[in-house]
Amino acid sequence: MSIFKSKAYKTFKKPLIEANPISIAILGICSSLAVTTQIFPSIIMVLAMTFVLTFSNVTISLLRNVIPKNIRIIVELVVISSLVILADQLLKAFLFDVSKQLSVFVGLIITNCIIMGRAEAFALANGPWLSFWDGLGNGLGYGYILVVVGFFRELLGAGSLFGIKVVPDFLYSIGYVDMGLMLLAPGAFILIGILVWIQNIFTGQGEQH
Amino acid sequence: MVAHLVSLALESIFINNILLALFLGMCSFLGCAKNIKTATGLGIAVIFVLTITTPVNWAINHFFLKPGALAWLGFPNTDLSFLVFITFIAVIASQVQLVEMLMEKFSPGLYTALGIFLPLIAVNCAILGTSLFMEQRAYTFVESIVFGFSSGIGWFLAIVAFSAVLQKLKYAHLPKGLDGFAINMVVTGLIAMAFMSFAGIKLT
Repeated sequence: MSIFKSKAYKTFKKPLIEANPISIAILGICSSLAVTTQIFPSIIMVLAMTFVLTFSNVTISLLRNVIPKNIRIIVELVVISSLVILADQLLKAFLFDVSKQLSVFVGLIITNCIIMGRAEAFALANGPWLSFWDGLGNGLGYGYILVVVGFFRELLGAGSLFGIKVVPDFLYSIGYVDMGLMLLAPGAFILIGILVWIQNIFTGQGEQH
Repeated sequence: MVAHLVSLALESIFINNILLALFLGMCSFLGCAKNIKTATGLGIAVIFVLTITTPVNWAINHFFLKPGALAWLGFPNTDLSFLVFITFIAVIASQVQLVEMLMEKFSPGLYTALGIFLPLIAVNCAILGTSLFMEQRAYTFVESIVFGFSSGIGWFLAIVAFSAVLQKLKYAHLPKGLDGFAINMVVTGLIAMAFMSFAGIKLT
């Protein structure tokens, strides 16, 4: 399969696990914790984030030869915030409830370090085609952590998935209790710590600090 | 009035701590906590910038961006609130630059102490987040000053506490894979749990 050998595929695949923006590069933690109390808003957040990341990468890559070096941060911020406004307006128009639930965190995509990081580290040095795949890969690498965290937090914290009860009633009657801590901030911190630990065990990547 | 403001301050420092309950500013929190001196410097810079940017953003939002805010210019039906994101981030970035320049001119000592952290702060999501929360919760001008300042104090307390724990953690033998990011998150979780015990304190 030649597609699996192409450079675009490699660029796409690398950030999924091996160079995951959250668990390995430790970027963009804020939103991964804040929006994951339920799985559905997490998925919407991932879509918004992937959209912004992919297109900011492409745009900045297209502009890379005309952006003056000194003011590149401002130019990048303008590109990113325009895309975030677009995403926010779309969410408000079509998914108002979720947009209310995500509250300020859609706006905070602007300061999400993943986007700035990819723009600085990748899009400024590569063409639009590769940047597109890099943005998509990073968006999905970010997304997979969010969905996993959202899954566990909703399941353990509220006993439901996508808002539907999945923990059967007889478990409650014999004394099973939802773990309210999972819905609160400390639960999110501890859960993501444990997930990264498990991932490190499987991939053998212990961070050396 | 005063009791209300004190209660707002207590709430944003302890109960709804900007870092431990709202998860804002995690990147620099995890990146700069390795030694207490750096953490303190960054914390002070955050307090400083938050106290300045939140009221300025309040004024801009109140006089230009809110629905109907342009009535004083004769455009009562204009709603520019979709421009909030781009305006706030531009204001924050330029204010950080301004503060940096003023500081270099008038207080070189403070500048050398905080200098390297200031540019970092422009893209710290705690700053933009505080402004966005201020806009969303429709605070008044005085409330926005108190909110900005006490959010900064909350962030400062959190990063200094975290960095103190990390100092002790250096000598701990951790299982493979748990060291680094994973244990940092667990520690943050435990600190967040400690801060949660303040929940329910109310003065008014």
